[in-house]
Amino acid sequence: MGTLEVKDLSYTYGKGAPYEIKALDSVNLVFEAGRITGLIGHTGSGKSTLVQMLNGLMKPDSGKVLLDGVDIWEKPKEIRNIRFRVGLVMQYPEYQLFDESAEKDIAFGPRNMGMSEDEVKEAVREAARFAGLDESLLKKSPFDLSGGQKRRAALAGVIAMRPEVLVLDEPAAGLDPGARREILGRIKKYQRESGTAVIIVSHSMEDMAMYCDTVAVMDHGRLMMTGTPAEVFSRSQELFAAGLDVPQITKVAASLKKCGVDIGLDVYTVGYALERLLPLGGKGE
Amino acid sequence: MKADIAFGQYCEGNSFLHRLDPRWKIIFTIFYIVTIFLAKNIFAFALLLLSAVLLALSSRIKPSILIRGMKPLLFIIAFTAIINIFWLKGERLLVDFWIIHIYLEGIINALLIVTRVLLLVVGTSVILSYTTTPIALTDGIERLLSPLAKIKLPVHEFSMMMTIALRFIPTLIEETDKIMSAQKARGADFSTGSIIKRAKALVPILVPLFVSAFRRAEELALAMECRCYTGGEGRTRMNVLHSSWRDALMAGLLCVLCAGVIVLNRLGFVYNLSM
Repeated sequence: MGTLEVKDLSYTYGKGAPYEIKALDSVNLVFEAGRITGLIGHTGSGKSTLVQMLNGLMKPDSGKVLLDGVDIWEKPKEIRNIRFRVGLVMQYPEYQLFDESAEKDIAFGPRNMGMSEDEVKEAVREAARFAGLDESLLKKSPFDLSGGQKRRAALAGVIAMRPEVLVLDEPAAGLDPGARREILGRIKKYQRESGTAVIIVSHSMEDMAMYCDTVAVMDHGRLMMTGTPAEVFSRSQELFAAGLDVPQITKVAASLKKCGVDIGLDVYTVGYALERLLPLGGKGE
Repeated sequence: MKADIAFGQYCEGNSFLHRLDPRWKIIFTIFYIVTIFLAKNIFAFALLLLSAVLLALSSRIKPSILIRGMKPLLFIIAFTAIINIFWLKGERLLVDFWIIHIYLEGIINALLIVTRVLLLVVGTSVILSYTTTPIALTDGIERLLSPLAKIKLPVHEFSMMMTIALRFIPTLIEETDKIMSAQKARGADFSTGSIIKRAKALVPILVPLFVSAFRRAEELALAMECRCYTGGEGRTRMNVLHSSWRDALMAGLLCVLCAGVIVLNRLGFVYNLSM
């Protein structure tokens, strides 16, 4: 399964013009197979640019994107094959649906790959199952689906290509809490069953804490820090300075510490906080 | 892609030309074009060239931007110049080689036509497109056409449509960009294959684009109604257009220029260099 690595990646918008912006400044990161990496950063920190580099939609000014150790731009004419191997779900992917039925739309990617009809059918069914799209919805026009269903159909459209690396830009943005949990849960389940490397861009620290194995923080085009959620969220002051946030429960832990109840600052989920708090309660304080 | 599109060509600034009234600017542009077509000889063109240089200087727009704006016209300019040099017959033969006959008149004519095209481009773009925001422009057009409202032409609605269309061009370009990226991520291929295959490859872009354009139109209509928009009837404006001494000065200068061109045209007959 694919491991994706970026080395010294740099990119500048509007090179030479007075308004040039350094979107990426020698970023080094490894996305391992079987892990979910969360990418966080303020608006304009270069997350979306980085994401578009990963499957060759954009070409870096300097630096390399390595898929299993091979530079994806080694053969520029075969960049399409890279896009099948590194599946990208863009922001608000429901706006890319176009075909007459959800089924045909999901089959767009697999067909472009040149799969046989039987394989396409199988891939679509499997992807729809992973994305949680009921079979009865497959025959419907994608425009008749609800918002959450559309999002899942679009997700299925990328999963159907059976990518080795799955990249998702704000997969839960604009969804209600139920649909949010549903789609993120689906992604986690897909990652566990397929063993792919998954990269999620998100603004929600809670989601990141819940679903990611590794968190990478971007700030003004640079990689600011990377580590496990516990490591990253325990450095709350730096995150605040970068215009970011930590999960609510981490803030609660910080306040508790001020009150004299120390459960550590690396608490990032409610369950984890409970685990630390319960033994304290046992002492009868 | 986003960075490559300098839409509407408007260049931010606060120069003399930027501060003219857009209504007058439209009239000035038309007047300037007429003046350019009145010019008949080298002297008149020299005066016009001088005026174009002064206009460009007074707009304080970087020469590099002006030159970049002329690049797309290079082909047309070269084409007309070549046609004139090789095909125009005159009295003073300069080159007579095999099937090539070049006359002095041809060269002069080519020069004048090239100058005329350049003047038209520089003049109109400096007076109008580089120094007027698209919104001010539609505003000016609306006001100039407002007498037509008397004969029941929907002038206000027309200009509102133009304003909205202009406003949404960058949005739609951005949208197209996004949709193209999304479909490319699913392996869409727009650049290879037969014409029919390429046309078919556009469907996955055009369908979502139309859907989103309609959605945007509906949302915009709703937002406008929420703010009680009912059309042009009795509507006042936030930026009331004012004519000032600048417009009067510019009008005066252009009249002098036009008179100068006419006088110099006569002078041309004396030297027998007319076209």
